[in-house]
Amino acid sequence: MQIKTYAKTLAVALSLAVVAGCSSSGGTQEGDMDGTSGGMSGQGMNSGQGTSGSQMGAGEQMPSVNTIYFAFDSEEIRPEFESVLRGHAQYMMANPNANVTLQGYADERGTREYNLGLGERRAQAVERYLTVQGVSPSQIQIVSYGEERPAMQGHTEEAYAKNRRVVFSY
Amino acid sequence: MKRWMSQGWKTLAAGWLVSLVGLMCLTTTAKAQNLTIEITRGSDQATPIAVVPFEFSGQGGLPQDVAQIVSDDLEHSGQFSPLSRSALVSLPSSSEDVFYDDWKRVDARYLVVGKIEPQGDQYRIQYELMDILGGKRMLGETLTSSNGNLRASAHYISDQIFEAITGIRGAFSTRIAYVSASGAGDNARYALYVADADGYNSQQILSSDDPILSPAWSPDGQKIAYVSFESGNSAIYVQNASTGERVRLTSFRGINGAPAWSPDGSKLAMSLSKDGQPEIYVMNLASRQLTRLTNNSAIETEPDWTPDGQSLIFTSDRSGAPQLYRMSASGGQAQRVTFTGNYNSDGRFSPDGKTLFMVTRDDSGYHVAKQDMDTSRVTVLTDSRWDESPSVAPNGTMIIFATQQGAQGVLGAVSSDGRASFRLPSAQGDVREPAWSPFLN
Repeated sequence: MQIKTYAKTLAVALSLAVVAGCSSSGGTQEGDMDGTSGGMSGQGMNSGQGTSGSQMGAGEQMPSVNTIYFAFDSEEIRPEFESVLRGHAQYMMANPNANVTLQGYADERGTREYNLGLGERRAQAVERYLTVQGVSPSQIQIVSYGEERPAMQGHTEEAYAKNRRVVFSY
Repeated sequence: MKRWMSQGWKTLAAGWLVSLVGLMCLTTTAKAQNLTIEITRGSDQATPIAVVPFEFSGQGGLPQDVAQIVSDDLEHSGQFSPLSRSALVSLPSSSEDVFYDDWKRVDARYLVVGKIEPQGDQYRIQYELMDILGGKRMLGETLTSSNGNLRASAHYISDQIFEAITGIRGAFSTRIAYVSASGAGDNARYALYVADADGYNSQQILSSDDPILSPAWSPDGQKIAYVSFESGNSAIYVQNASTGERVRLTSFRGINGAPAWSPDGSKLAMSLSKDGQPEIYVMNLASRQLTRLTNNSAIETEPDWTPDGQSLIFTSDRSGAPQLYRMSASGGQAQRVTFTGNYNSDGRFSPDGKTLFMVTRDDSGYHVAKQDMDTSRVTVLTDSRWDESPSVAPNGTMIIFATQQGAQGVLGAVSSDGRASFRLPSAQGDVREPAWSPFLN
């Protein structure tokens, strides 16, 4: 809890210093649900050019994009979200006291208990990605909500796409 | 059997006293959220029956129209089509006043008559059932009821009539549990309700800001196991349906889901991902000892017991998509049992174990289907796009499930032959995750 408060303060402070010059690319303009960033597009998106590792101070700032999305019936990390994950990995490695809960979700199609399994698979895929980058597994917790707590209500493809997600909650 | 089970529960409760979570969030005042049945499809093979309004010899009126409740029960079973009251040729209240030929002329196959007399602060209810074609009285009984019990008495009468005619025990005196959800995001509210099988007398037994799912009745009808996220992760709880007392049974790392009682009430099957991915476990409730039954990298969940308690059915996507598998309750090899279609999940056995109800996906969506365990023949029973969570009535004649009506989550029910169906919409919010209780009397 203290970490969370500290991290939020840090994020707000740093966000003032950041030049808000990143352009948000199509399909990833999500406002995150957990409010650590107020929904600005940020570091994660910006570092999508594969240069994030060499940026000065990279990892000190909590990434502002906290949600990544998945294809139907898939837990594969989409290439456009790898930079987001690398940003989180750097942040967590630079802040060994930071703990994250990866919340895994599914869209509403299919049975609720099976969808808990699908949500967990997605969160585990993100966990694997982070630990391969060097994040300590002890910093990561996983909670699968399956199709519960949808980000967007409704039976549309748009809602389904918004709901198949993993959310970083620090 | 029953005594043994209640002793088992006492031992269990004593053993868990230290981990008693308490009556958190329990709402004692009954919050009415009755569901109202709307018939969506009547069976063309339903038997015509006339239910005459029961004669009342007291002052004023009765708080409940007992004959109407009986008529509605019989209609909702899908096996009877009650004559409308305007089609009744006369209003007898006793078999002595019945002219069989009159009722033959309006094609009534059976006739129910009755009368109600006040008796102190109670009522004396007398009812009779007649076989019109056979020209004979089949059943007659007198019972006593109080004001608050009139609906229960009506359901009891429906049970007797249903069994006298069909030979199948009636399930009108049973209850259903279900989950309601309202609001979205930070305003989401979830609640667990218990109501009569016809949707009346609903009572909230738990409310929470976090999701609740998968309620399951214990075989003695006393307790409900369910999954709640109130601790920040899924956890399995067991709650006494009437006192609200509850224990948290599992709160392992990962998924704690899909509780299913063994037919003797001594064990709970569940899906736990504490070792990496969801696997089927069985917990001995007296010792709380866990036995792991499956071991592979697939999602294995939604266990249900065969009625003899010897085997379990469960959902696994080990083939690449969810299908149902069967294995011995003591472990071993699992055998795949569903081969029709590329999505079959949430299997539930009929009480005789001969039919497996499940959720199946086809081009038009997710439906409730049944598979004959001998012939493997699959019949799709429902036709809307979002049908899930089937739960079978204890007499096997009806299946309740979750479906959508417009943007609203509602409960639906379909007869096990697929001929009749109805819906139980809620006045507000979404309702889902229905669980039909065992026989309670």
